[in-house]
Amino acid sequence: MKIENIYIPGKLIKKEADLRTAFLNSVHFIPEGDKIKTCLQCGTCTGSCPLAYLMDITPRELIALYRAGDIDSIIKSRTIWVCASCYACQTRCPASIKVTDIIYSLKRIAMNRKVYPKIPVHYLSDSFIKSIKAFGKLNEPRLMVYFFLKSGFWKAFSFLPLGFKMAIKGRLEIKADKIKDIKGLRKIINKAQKLDMPLQVAAQSYIKEAVGYKAVG
Amino acid sequence: MKYTYYPGCSLHSAHKGYDYSCRTVLTKLGCELTELNDWNCCGATIYMSIKKITSLAIAARNLALAEKQGLDIVTPCSSCFTILNKAHKYLTNSQELLDSVNECLAEDGLEYNCTARVRHPLDVLVNDVGVEIIKLYLQKPLNDLKIANYYGCQIVRPDKEFDDRENPTSMENLFESVGAENVYFPCKLRCCGGMLMTTYKNAALNLSNEILERAEENNADCIATTCPLCQMNLEAYQNKMNKIYNTKHKMPILFFTQILGVALGLSEKELGIDKNFYSCEKLNNIYNSSITEKLV
Repeated sequence: MKIENIYIPGKLIKKEADLRTAFLNSVHFIPEGDKIKTCLQCGTCTGSCPLAYLMDITPRELIALYRAGDIDSIIKSRTIWVCASCYACQTRCPASIKVTDIIYSLKRIAMNRKVYPKIPVHYLSDSFIKSIKAFGKLNEPRLMVYFFLKSGFWKAFSFLPLGFKMAIKGRLEIKADKIKDIKGLRKIINKAQKLDMPLQVAAQSYIKEAVGYKAVG
Repeated sequence: MKYTYYPGCSLHSAHKGYDYSCRTVLTKLGCELTELNDWNCCGATIYMSIKKITSLAIAARNLALAEKQGLDIVTPCSSCFTILNKAHKYLTNSQELLDSVNECLAEDGLEYNCTARVRHPLDVLVNDVGVEIIKLYLQKPLNDLKIANYYGCQIVRPDKEFDDRENPTSMENLFESVGAENVYFPCKLRCCGGMLMTTYKNAALNLSNEILERAEENNADCIATTCPLCQMNLEAYQNKMNKIYNTKHKMPILFFTQILGVALGLSEKELGIDKNFYSCEKLNNIYNSSITEKLV
């Protein structure tokens, strides 16, 4: 966020207020999610993270930025895509903040706003969802094929020897295994996606009381 | 002891060895496993991280189906274990979420009442069956076999389910009871890179390489793992790591049930050991040796 965009100290610009509402809404649903208030910026999360060296915003900085009212920079960062979900930060946090779950929330917000990383990491999750909607189960070879078709075909060649090796060992299941009640599962997914779409305002009262800037709107 | 068995997608495709060994070992030790009828993918970490209610709904479909059986769910895949547990926790914690998820499940005539319990085979073996019983079934003691126990991230984290979150010891107890030696292994909870192997490959190779190096430093004969994705990352990319980091990795990566199965006198086919890329010489010798301890 540029300095010029901040008009009055303590009051957020519209975009940031939007992000904040979405974020706090999401945090509200995490069990003990409101512990984020208690962050003491000790850096245990960053110290525990095996991938912190790759991140442009470390987990500790991420929480600091959220407090400072700059979620915009977080969702544009590489951090949320680099996280491998090892939960080391979450386990060790002395204030028991659900750091990994919070990173998930931010990832969700980024994807909803179509903010994607330079390396097309998000295609992997797109392919994953496609596979589940089609078969109800994940088919690994197909997941990889979807992924490489979208993210760059040439990359697929580096995985070919491995695929060949797996096939010899009988570990490559090309035929996708469909569940019996696929229609029922699709109904569930369609309904759930409708519920996922709108910005829920159920947590409104919580948001107003939440950390930092009280004025969300 | 009766359980509902939820294998998960990867155990039906790339990691059949884990599926076979898990079933045979648990059956041998007197557990009765019934596969959950018509289960679907749990959604894994990827789904969980991007769509909230959708991911909870697809995980809850399995939980709702399993709940009808009234038995504990046993799932060997670390990712399924975390996701199902997490979904259960989210739904128990928030009535709001439970209502919307049940609204989705109602489309298929299901309902979740938050009574399911998700377990890991390691938990079942150590806490339900118990090491004393396993000792009775021991046929081929794993003498001189040095094992590096690699738990991976997701079975002891994020919440404490059955073992310590910083220094778990279930696998050590298990292998000690069948005569194996556990080497000092500081990387037992270190991340292997997970799905980053397909996206940020160099980062994942770096992490996996460190795990293999620590195991070699401590003279381990093989690494025992509990997670299909860890097994894949550690085993399948060793050639690549050798090229990049000038190392000489040739480390067999086995599932803990496969190693235990050998000690219980099960055959190679029943355990799916032939499906691994690298075979462990010492384990093969033990496998080919004659039965030394009689079945009680």
